Amino acid sequence: MSDDDTTTPKRSRDSISNTLIVAISISLVCSILVASAAILLKPRQLQNEEEYRQRIILDVAGLYEPGGDIAALYSSIEESSTELASGEQAPVYLVMDGERLEQVILPIEGAGLWAMMYGFLAVENDGNTVRGLRFYAHGETPGLGDQIDKPAWRAQWQGKKLFAPGGAPQITIVKGSAADDSNYEIDGLAGATLTARGVTNLVHHWISDQGYGPYLKELNDNE
Amino acid sequence: MSDARKVLIDPLVDNNPVTLQVLGICSALAVTTSLLPALLMCVALTSVTALSTATISSIRNHIPNNIRIIVHMTIIASFVIVVDQLLRAYAFETSKQLSVFVGLIITNCIVLGRAEAFAMKNGVVLSFIDGLGNGLGYSAILILVAIVRELFGAGSLLGYPILPLVSNGGWYEANGLMLLPPSAFFIIGLLIWGIRGWKRKQAEHPDYRIHEVHRTEVL
Repeated sequence: MSDDDTTTPKRSRDSISNTLIVAISISLVCSILVASAAILLKPRQLQNEEEYRQRIILDVAGLYEPGGDIAALYSSIEESSTELASGEQAPVYLVMDGERLEQVILPIEGAGLWAMMYGFLAVENDGNTVRGLRFYAHGETPGLGDQIDKPAWRAQWQGKKLFAPGGAPQITIVKGSAADDSNYEIDGLAGATLTARGVTNLVHHWISDQGYGPYLKELNDNE
Repeated sequence: MSDARKVLIDPLVDNNPVTLQVLGICSALAVTTSLLPALLMCVALTSVTALSTATISSIRNHIPNNIRIIVHMTIIASFVIVVDQLLRAYAFETSKQLSVFVGLIITNCIVLGRAEAFAMKNGVVLSFIDGLGNGLGYSAILILVAIVRELFGAGSLLGYPILPLVSNGGWYEANGLMLLPPSAFFIIGLLIWGIRGWKRKQAEHPDYRIHEVHRTEVL
């Protein structure tokens, strides 16, 4: 690299007019590049998001088959909504068995240790027995808090009961191992006590009267 | 050895951006818990570095001196966004694991460092090769760290079980520390130690030596 290479254009390239020209043209070219990438890839990204959400819903309901056609499987699920105590409409997903309701899938969210956790809770048509629980977005510690994604841990939720006989939310993640005969206890996660507490709290919130509690009780009464 | 070859090979060990220059440590800690996101991060960083150094080099004689860093950042940021959008479209689930770290390539010192130190003074092809080489040097370290962390932290590689875990009825008790960021510090530290032991030239001379205190001076 010789010196005269930079000295000749130096004066003009540091002028105010050249500075403006370079700044404006760089911004223009870069913004076109960024905008076209975002717009051209948007349909594919939205499709990915939607497919992922549908896959999680199918998975939590126990209907997902690896390699299966997600759209076809998902078409058996009916999207509906219910009114919460706050007056807001909350979505619910219904899995029908002919005319009869087989299970409902409720979107749930709440604070974990680091960030909000978003997931789904599948409940049988008695409004009390859990089918599955799965989070699709969370910021828990890799290897510790993110054990909530482990299939072996998630599998325990199936068959557990949400409510004590009196109707109070009872399901809890305990420290250590759950009692073998308990209908309400889930094994704790080693090194992830606070994440587990977050999961218990958010499940309790969403099945309480502020959440889907009234909706679940109605299911129970209809059964 | 030709210039291009030297520019490509040098950053792999002799002038490695992570172990010699100690740059890009933040993402090296964050994305190496398992191998797949680390590989994706390597591809993302290498392509951003190579493309941005080539672009910056091609307009290096027109960039006004007093706004050059802003121009570099604009170009780098644009490529990062494009790469991020591509990952979200074509590698959706892994890009979810990488979350903010692809976006944070913008602040990765390796990229800006190569733009400022190399691309502003060299031709387009050579700058592209330099970006590629430095990206590969970063990738080599990331992949090594990720292999150690995933293998000993989760007993698997790319998700395939290698060491059967106790929790699945095997014999290997997973080392939880490997999954936490400090373990990457230890592994990178050991790598630096190893490389500087092997390539003595890389070892730094101490800034000062501890003075030997004689009894008479203590008074």
